[in-house]
Amino acid sequence: MAVRPATEKRSRASSAPSRTQKSGKTSNPTVNYQVAEFDKDDEFKAYRDMLLIRRFEEKAGQLYGMGLIGGFCHLYIGQEAVVIGIQKALRTGEDQITTSYRDHGHMLACGMDPKGVMAELTGRRGGYSRGKGGSMHMFSREKQFFGGHGIVGAQVPIGAGLAFADKYRGTDNVSVVYFGDGAANQGQVYETFNMAQLWKLPVIFVIENNRYAMGTSVSRSSAQTDFAKRGESFNIPGEQVDGMDVRAVKAAADRAVEWARAGNGPYILEMQTYRYRGHSMSDPAKYRTKDEVQKMRDERDPIEQVRKRLVEKGWASEDDLKEIDKTVRAVVTEAADFASADAEPDPSELWTDILR
Amino acid sequence: MAIDILMPALSPTMEEGTLTKWLKKVGDTVKSGDVIAEIETDKATMEIEAVDEGKLLEILVADGTEGVKVNAVIARVGEEGETVAAKPEAGEAPKPAAQAAPAEKSQPMAQASSTVPAAPAVKAEADPDIPSGTQFESKTVREALREAMAEEMRRDGDVFLMGEEVAEYQGAYKISQGLLDEFGARRVIDTPITEHGFAGIGVGAAFAGLKPIVEFMTFNFAMQAIDQIINSAAKTLYMSGGQMGCPIVFRGPNGAAARVGAQHSQDYSAWYGMIPGLKVVMPYSAADAKGLLKAAIRDPNPVIFLENEVLYGHHFDVPKLDDYVLPIGKARIHKAGKDVTIVSFGMGMSYAIKAAEELAGLGIDAEVIDLRTIRPMDVETVVNSVKKTGRCVTVEEGWPQGSVGSELAYQIQANVFDYLDAPVGRVTGKDVPMPYAANLEKLALPTIGDVIEAVRAVTYR
Repeated sequence: MAVRPATEKRSRASSAPSRTQKSGKTSNPTVNYQVAEFDKDDEFKAYRDMLLIRRFEEKAGQLYGMGLIGGFCHLYIGQEAVVIGIQKALRTGEDQITTSYRDHGHMLACGMDPKGVMAELTGRRGGYSRGKGGSMHMFSREKQFFGGHGIVGAQVPIGAGLAFADKYRGTDNVSVVYFGDGAANQGQVYETFNMAQLWKLPVIFVIENNRYAMGTSVSRSSAQTDFAKRGESFNIPGEQVDGMDVRAVKAAADRAVEWARAGNGPYILEMQTYRYRGHSMSDPAKYRTKDEVQKMRDERDPIEQVRKRLVEKGWASEDDLKEIDKTVRAVVTEAADFASADAEPDPSELWTDILR
Repeated sequence: MAIDILMPALSPTMEEGTLTKWLKKVGDTVKSGDVIAEIETDKATMEIEAVDEGKLLEILVADGTEGVKVNAVIARVGEEGETVAAKPEAGEAPKPAAQAAPAEKSQPMAQASSTVPAAPAVKAEADPDIPSGTQFESKTVREALREAMAEEMRRDGDVFLMGEEVAEYQGAYKISQGLLDEFGARRVIDTPITEHGFAGIGVGAAFAGLKPIVEFMTFNFAMQAIDQIINSAAKTLYMSGGQMGCPIVFRGPNGAAARVGAQHSQDYSAWYGMIPGLKVVMPYSAADAKGLLKAAIRDPNPVIFLENEVLYGHHFDVPKLDDYVLPIGKARIHKAGKDVTIVSFGMGMSYAIKAAEELAGLGIDAEVIDLRTIRPMDVETVVNSVKKTGRCVTVEEGWPQGSVGSELAYQIQANVFDYLDAPVGRVTGKDVPMPYAANLEKLALPTIGDVIEAVRAVTYR
């Protein structure tokens, strides 16, 4: 099958497969607002899953404040729709996932245990890396989650390498690599784009454009701010997606997964999203206005959008939603309690896992 | 029940801060994500967001209070209608939190007094016995490396080779000649000139359980990829608590070539030799090249396999055995002797061996040890030899500061100081970038004469 340039691909994508519907938004003509149809169960699940990430991250921020979590801690609050929408299009435990250091949401999305994730944040033996990796370095073979990488952009060739293995073994698994608008300017990303397309690797590059690479806005760091076009010179199709609407993310992910699984090679999804908190816990975020953040929270919040639909459609009462919140808080509290009470690694762990 | 809001730490080093301003007042309802106060840390003004929901029942630290300790209670929230249950001490005004004891952590953190456990001892395996009657055949290092890869690729379908010009061009140095014909383009893969990218793809494939051999046309170009080698390949097993292996071999020519100038002539043995999580092999002979490359491909860890362009065409006797695999981490006594120990590896061995021959003419009987593996280092073989000879000279092409010879000198003085009859001698490349001019290049490299001179110095002869 011939590879289509990004623009053609976008028009193909907008030819509305039956499972999608228009959401009616037209604020940015290059962004794909087309959404997947979510039934009651889909909406409930998305609401619960996104809320778990939000509450988990709030709790992580609190534990950081108490000194229980050390070092760097990068919260995912505001970006929840991206991982939940993408994961819905994947085969958990078969398709591989790789991301950057802002990774807590990705791990929860692929079903990793909140207790194990939180205990890794606090550096305890029950953590996914037995306390030796920390917030930025966690893995789960069972869920095919390959990290958690602390070097900006390093996960991109690694994710393509996982796709290389899928193709080498003749499976139809796909590999999803998440990276930010900041990482999108790293050289190894383009080295990877080239080889991924050359070898038709089943890899989906999800660029989470949250507008700021630490404190530098995309317009101050990027000559081409339409990240969906970043693969054009390699003929990798790409599209810009409303990353605040979980249904739009799901619809785009379906197209990308279908493309890659069928052996057509890589696909780029630019998720237009936003992080509410600073780059890390110690970032006061002076590079943007409070109004900008508040406007995003008020008008585009991914969880609030689902909540509203659930109520408007009469699928959920305020009590139902409160009940979900209560359940989610209980899960997070349990995780925090475990992560606070669990023992630190045995000192002998200093010398284990260096070589096999 | 009322919930305490604590003064948060907002950087890895913050211990206290100023509560600049409350943005909510007692009686206000707060919900998750609401900014409730601003605090000033040593670096910046930060906002505190509410995590718990409810009514702000009490503010314990007033606007503008300085020196508020991390984890001091600054406010309480509770449910609508709830009042503050019992003030800590009735009648007494709330203490400024600056003086309040930090809230106790729910679990003891690291005890400062905990001692560092001892590193586990590493015991190197001995070389396998070569059965008597085994035939030897003369082979170049190039042929030995090619055979090692071909044999391992026949043995295990997960092994593949990738790199620049490895397939259709048949290898820039012809190490992979014929492999494309035998194994096809699925397993012998030409990459674009993109070291960082294909090293990373190799690491990803290894995480997935494949066993890549990544060829660098020379190790000089691997500096483009060194982040993936060190930060991804070497450290991930540790960072994942043992979940993620990285069975990969990075191989290619290393060290000085001839007349190619500073950027193409450099020895990386000491560089990679420093990194926990890597194994580093640097063979001299064709037999070792074959046996150790086969071991490297089978090893479940990332292995840096340092070859030498000058040695590729040298002939050595290689045992004619179906499956000749040598242990990584074991030095080889190339020649026994009693007066001085000369330790070298890779190309350095050619200086060491010739020097030993000339020293014999001077009545000095040198023991020559080929380290073969830089990491894990076979310190035992070296110190046992020095116990016997009392003197040691190390030989390598790399630079002096932080060299492999420096580490050997440390190990010798730490382990067998009382046996030493002279300081350890160290022969290295000169502390300069490699010059292009033929005469200067010769001056920059170690020579047989340098080794002889160093041995005479430590033997006082």
